[in-house]
Amino acid sequence: MKPRIGVASFPGSNDDRDALRAIRFMGAEPVSIWHADRDLNGADGVILPGGFSYGDYLRTGAIARFAPAMAAVREFAEEGRPVLGICNGFQILCEAGLLPGALVRNQGLAFVCRRIHIRAEDSSGNFTKFSAGEVLQIPVKHGEGRFVAPPNVLGRLDDGGRIAFRYCAPDGRLDHRFNPNGSSGDIAGIWNERGNVLGLMPHPEHAVDPDLGPTGGQQVLQWLLTAARHLARASAITAV
Amino acid sequence: MKHRFEVLVSLKAGLLDPQGKTVQDALPTLGWDNVSEVRVGKHIELVVEAEDEASARAQVEDMAGRFLSNPVIEDFRILAMEETS
Repeated sequence: MKPRIGVASFPGSNDDRDALRAIRFMGAEPVSIWHADRDLNGADGVILPGGFSYGDYLRTGAIARFAPAMAAVREFAEEGRPVLGICNGFQILCEAGLLPGALVRNQGLAFVCRRIHIRAEDSSGNFTKFSAGEVLQIPVKHGEGRFVAPPNVLGRLDDGGRIAFRYCAPDGRLDHRFNPNGSSGDIAGIWNERGNVLGLMPHPEHAVDPDLGPTGGQQVLQWLLTAARHLARASAITAV
Repeated sequence: MKHRFEVLVSLKAGLLDPQGKTVQDALPTLGWDNVSEVRVGKHIELVVEAEDEASARAQVEDMAGRFLSNPVIEDFRILAMEETS
């Protein structure tokens, strides 16, 4: 059974179409979620895509968190179902309090747009783990991607195996020079406590098709598809 | 009664403010070489209709803490302006 993956579109989202295409490429069924809708179009998993929702007014993601669709996403996440926030989607999840910390202006002030490397950490997402230490090549493109959080929160993320990815050198070494935005602990992506909400700044939806470049994004999307499939099957069994 | 406020939002002390640093670094090029600790923040003006200033201010405190600023990275100050009819 193909899981249905919903991709939200807010005014100013611009990676929603790429996310829909990547989901189809990965063998799942993509469905659109309109920001003004209160339901998630029967999705088994949800992507909050990249872009500049509501023009990044006030703070990135600050306004999108009030969209009717976000009330549904919050409920969906609280039921333990999988949500992936990419770039602006990560910023929205932090503003909505579904992930801790915040994303602020890049250390070097400049908008960064290039292929970088991230290293999967020994972390604990639901249903699937990324192979710890594996290096993925994947693009970033953001001006406000520097993850920050108070020291006690950073400690909890580290101790709880909730750091999903860190920016690294091509060989997997941690080295600040390969961190594109100056984030704390070279953090590129984190899990929520339950392991069903993942946020990251790099763009897995731009790195799935080998004809177009690196395919580091496949693993990340595969997590979402696997978790969605498990839960879709579980709810189908309950319904019978 | 309408009550006018200004909310000043700034990045928390200790958190790197690249924008402030860039402004600071540009000042000496215009001859001002005695300026330090430049921080760039936000200035939000608003009018609240409420029975008295205390309840209007309480509401602004709540809005500033939950929406106008992000407590993870920002601090805010509230200034009451002159009353408007």
